[in-house]
This record gives sequence, C-alpha cells and structure tokens, in this order.
Amino acid sequence: MKILVAIKPVPNPDEKVKIRPDGSGIVLDNIKMVINPFCEIAVEEALRIKEKQGGEVVILTVGPKEGEQQVRTALAMGADRAIQVEAEKGLDSLAVAKFLAKVVEQEKPDLVILGKQAVDDDNNQVGQILAALLSWPQATFASKIEFLDGNKKAHVGRETDGGIETIEVPLPCVVTTDLRLNEPRYASLPGIMKAKKKELKVIPSASLGVDAAPKVKVLSLASPKERAGGRKVADVAELVAKLKNEAKVL
Amino acid sequence: MDFTLPEELLIFRETVRKFVEKELEPISEQVEEEDRIPGHIVEKMKELGLFGLAIPQDSGGYGMSVLGQCVAMEELSRTNACFRTRIGTNNGIGSMGIVIAGTQEQKRKYLPKLASGEMIGAFALTEPNAGSDASAIRTTAVRKGDTYLLNGTKHFITNGDIADVSTVMALTDRSKGARGISAFLVDKGLPGFSVGKLEKKMGFRGSTTCELIFDDCEVPAANLLGREGEGFRIAMQVLDKGRLTMGACALGALEKLLELSMEYAKTRVTFGEPIINRQAIQWMLVNMAIDAYAVRNAVYHAAWKLDRGERVTKEAAMVKVLATEAAGRAADSAVQIHGGMGYMKGMAVERFYRDLRLLRIYEGTSEILRMIVAREMTR
Ligand SMILES: Cc1cc2nc3c(=O)[nH]c(=O)nc-3n(C[C@H](O)[C@H](O)[C@H](O)COP(=O)(O)OP(=O)(O)OC[C@H]3O[C@@H](n4cnc5c(N)ncnc54)[C@H](O)[C@@H]3O)c2cc1C
Repeated sequence: MKILVAIKPVPNPDEKVKIRPDGSGIVLDNIKMVINPFCEIAVEEALRIKEKQGGEVVILTVGPKEGEQQVRTALAMGADRAIQVEAEKGLDSLAVAKFLAKVVEQEKPDLVILGKQAVDDDNNQVGQILAALLSWPQATFASKIEFLDGNKKAHVGRETDGGIETIEVPLPCVVTTDLRLNEPRYASLPGIMKAKKKELKVIPSASLGVDAAPKVKVLSLASPKERAGGRKVADVAELVAKLKNEAKVL
Repeated sequence: MDFTLPEELLIFRETVRKFVEKELEPISEQVEEEDRIPGHIVEKMKELGLFGLAIPQDSGGYGMSVLGQCVAMEELSRTNACFRTRIGTNNGIGSMGIVIAGTQEQKRKYLPKLASGEMIGAFALTEPNAGSDASAIRTTAVRKGDTYLLNGTKHFITNGDIADVSTVMALTDRSKGARGISAFLVDKGLPGFSVGKLEKKMGFRGSTTCELIFDDCEVPAANLLGREGEGFRIAMQVLDKGRLTMGACALGALEKLLELSMEYAKTRVTFGEPIINRQAIQWMLVNMAIDAYAVRNAVYHAAWKLDRGERVTKEAAMVKVLATEAAGRAADSAVQIHGGMGYMKGMAVERFYRDLRLLRIYEGTSEILRMIVAREMTR
C-alpha cells in the first residue's frame, strides 16, 4: 500500500510558550520545533501498515525550509522518502490542504494519514478539507484502523464523545489520527544514518498553481485567564442552585 | 564560528532526550532500589543504537563523531548514571583497544557484536596495588605454545561480571616495566578466569564493579592485542579518548542539577517568599550556570578539535578535571538548595551527589590529570 503522511513542525509542547507583546503570534526564538505529536502517531501508523503488508511511506510537509529537521526525523523513524512543499510560514488550513491535494493528485497514494490537529493552533481542519477537495471519504480521530477485502476498504474506530464509533470507508481515503492509535517509535541511530541517504524532494509552492491567499486572519492572541481556585459546596442542591443562578449554565 | 550542530545530531539528541524523559527517568529510583536495569530497557537501548556510537561503521557501529558521542553522553547523563555506564564500556574502554590495535580477525569477531549490544566489553587495568600507577601491575602472562597463561587479580572493573570480552593488561616481561605490559582479549568463561567479589559502592547502583581473577587462565595467542609490550601504550590511548566523553557526562548531570535546583528554589517558600528571591540562593544557582556554560564550551570545543584530527591530550585532561569538579560543586550546591530534602533517599540530587563523586576518581584522578596537563605545558 502506498501511504502519504502529512506532518507539521510545531513548537515543542513541553516548553512554555510566550505570546508576543503585540499579540501577533508566539515568541519562537529559542523554542525547539518538533513533529506535531498527532502527526508522529500518523507516521507510526503508516510504518506499521507498511511493516505488515509492504508498500511505501511518503512524508509530506508544507512550510518553510526549517521544517527539514522534522521531515528527516520522520525518515529516520523509517519512512521511505519525503516531499517538502516549500512555502511561507503561517498558511491557513485551506491553503495547506490545497497544496496537499496537489501532491496527492501527483503521487496517487492509497491512503493519506494526518494528525487530527496540530497542537500549535489546534485547528482540526486540514484533514477534513483535504478529503473534501479530493472528494475522498474521510475517517477522523482514528484509534484503530483495519483493512479488508484486499485493501479495498477499511474499518476505522473513531474516538467520539460517546465512545468508539466504527465506520467503513472505501480506499483511497483520508484518515486523521487520535492520541490512542499507537505509541510512536523513536528515531534510532541506525534509522538516522539511513535517513541521510533518503530522498527529500523540495517543490517550490509557486510551481503548484495554488491560490494560497489567506481566508483566515489572526487578529490577536491572548493567554487564557489564570485559573481561580475551586469552591466546595455542601450538597447537590447547593451545586444545582449555583450552576443555575451564578454560573447560569443550567 | 558556527556553533550549530549537524542536523543528524539534533535529531539524535532529541531521540535520547525523549528516551531519557519517557523511559529512563521514570524508573530511575526503581533501579536505585533494585540495583539492576530491567532487561527490556537494555533491549530498547540496543534498538536505539546506543551501544555502537563510537565503533566505526566498517566494524558494524555508527562511527559517530566525538562531538556526537559527547552529545549522546550528555543527554544520557541527565538521569541515573547506571544507564550510561551500561553502554559506556562498549563505547569506550571496553572496545576502543580493539578499534585502535585489533587485527582484522579480532575486529570482525568482537566489534559488530559490541556495537549491537549483543556483547558487553570491559577493560581491566587496575589492580589492588596499581591504580594511578598503572605500570605497577603484577598480573603476568607467560607464553606457552599457542597460549598465554594469565595469573593475577584485577579489581574495580566496571561491567566486569557481565562482560563477554575483557581487555586485560598483563606483564609479559617483568624486567621492562611499562614496556613489558601487553593487552589481551579475554573471553567470558575461559577456564581459570572467574569473577570475584562484586563491590558495594557509594553510588552507581544499577551498575556493577568487580574483581576479575586469573588462575592459570589459558588465553589463545591469537587474542593478544597489538604486539607484546604494546599494552601500556594501548591502555593510555584508550583512556585518553574517554576523557572528553566523561566531561560530557559531567556536563549533562550538571545541567540537570541546575534545572532541579531552579525548580525547587522557585517553589520552596520560607519566611513568606520563594527561596529563589534570596541572593544567597541565587549566587549558588548563578555559579552553577557559569560552570555549565564554561564546561559546555570546553567539552564541545575539545571534541570539535579532536574531530578535526588535532591532538587534544592536554585539552582532554583539562576538560575532565574542569567538568567533573564543576559537577561536584553543583551537586553540593544542589543538595544545599534542597535543604533537608536534599539529604533524603529518593531525591535525584541526593543520588547525583553520590554518583558524581566517582567522576573525579576513575579514568584518571584529578591529581593524575593535572600531572598530565603539567607535563604537556612543560613539554
Ligand atoms: C566505580 C569504579 C569503577 C572503576 N572501573 C574501572 C574499570 O572499568 N577498569 C579499570 O581498569 N579500573 C577501573 N577503576 C579504577 C580506577 O581507575 C582507579 O580507582 C583510579 O585510577 C585510582 O586508582 P586507585 O584507586 O588505586 O587510587 P591511588 O592510585 O591509590 O590514588 C590515591 C590518591 O592518591 C593520588 N595520587 C596517586 N598518585 C599520585 C601522584 N603521583 N601525585 C599526586 N597524587 C597522587 C590520587 O589522585 C588519589 O587521590 C574503577 C574505579 C571505581 C571506583
């Protein structure tokens, strides 16, 4: 099976980020970039599928040149080759999905796996938009993927608020990964050595003929309010009363 | 000057850091209690390639630059010291003799397996009466046909009990002093070769140090490393190489101690204020930060020089003294900043305090290394 995995570099979620004084974005100096954790799960899943039934895993990213380190990391985990659409920082979800769609049309994979969202902006949009642009079926928030009928279709367990929902999608399709799908492997030293020789094709975004003009504009960023301490209530009646009269959520 | 690390090193640093944070640090205290590393963790260390950092690629290893080895050791030293000790001999004293002086046959037989972690290597020079004065060893090797008969006792040998192959220094010609010392590759289980007492140590729990006893042990002549009389030179070369990575180990621990102390100082409140607001505490933290900065630059610079093929005997000795003494000071301050908590078992700073003490003693005491620097300065 030929699998395309889209990945996005994001600021290391274990580090504390600060918002720029003018609210236009976050301070990125001295912040380490890593593969978005959900994308890492997508890479791992693709590798497991390949290990089970053979095929090819192609990494795809859209963004500035600096993302190369994260792409190499994915290659070091075991992917076969990579494509980087070199584009400016801060594209909106629609623009990214359009670039991805172009490459998907060229590469014709059987499956595209993405993280359900990137932990920087938490948009949770690219996979869904990509499926729409391609007119492909989509299975989002996957926690289990199974292939049937010689890879003609897949059963995907999806994490929903109500529990796991299993849906059937014909291939080719778009899958986005949730947290519990797998535990990603490390980029081992042997993997890193091999990755040095793997192909990383750079495509200038201008060559793809995509209208990437932003449809979404970030007005400003602000930190969430400091959490105030909780309050103890004596009984259920008091709780209900407070929810009704003070919090006004009932 | 360009201080950016090559991309592959950035990726590997990230891998090791993640591995340390996700898998080693959480079991660090368990290992301290049980005095052993769980088998599945060792398997993971093998998969990551950690046993073969320093072994050349044409011998089945990864042939990392010295800078790369330093980066890996720095990261691995941010947790319990036993983990990096497990891979330490294979990447250093337990394999480098073979890399430096081995025949093609010896390299083929041992290096790929040492690189994969399938075999463990050890290095046995020290004896009860010969530590700093290594040329005073008394273990003898007498040629008898196609074999050498080894007799004597080595002590304080890291990983000696789990080693599959030990590089052992023995006298082939007593009359020649240091020039009468030869190196032998001794396989586990040879008749006449046994593991003696396992030492109980101040620290480094999870890692073993033991006696090796040779009682008419017959070692095949093919296992002579280099030529007769070259043992001391080989041993000194092996030790020379390890000093930089030892500096990197001290650096990793020092940086971790600084982080732990910062965290604690920010949250510990006395007299209504976090102790980090007090100048007395700030100065300890600042001194640790100054040391970390100096040590980091010294380690990386010397590694860079060595990778360019320059001779760094003086720098390597200086780096080990600088780094291990700075780490010792940092451990002392870290315990002080933690107050009574810093003296309690289960606290990382208490463990670092004990473990770091060793670094000024083995692979060349600070005194012996200063002698080396003096000699280099007056050459
Ligand atoms: C945990 C542990 C692991 C070890 N692992 C290994 C191993 O794997 N393989 C191995 O071969 N060895 C190993 N060693 C041995 C270690 O290298 C020696 O302990 C070290 O070299 C010091 O030798 P010594 O203990 O005999 O001390 P001594 O040489 O007796 O030194 C005692 C003191 O005198 C000082 N001193 C000695 N000579 C002079 C001088 N000329 N001028 C000024 N001061 C001097 C020393 O610096 C030290 O302070 C290990 C030791 C320990 C504790």
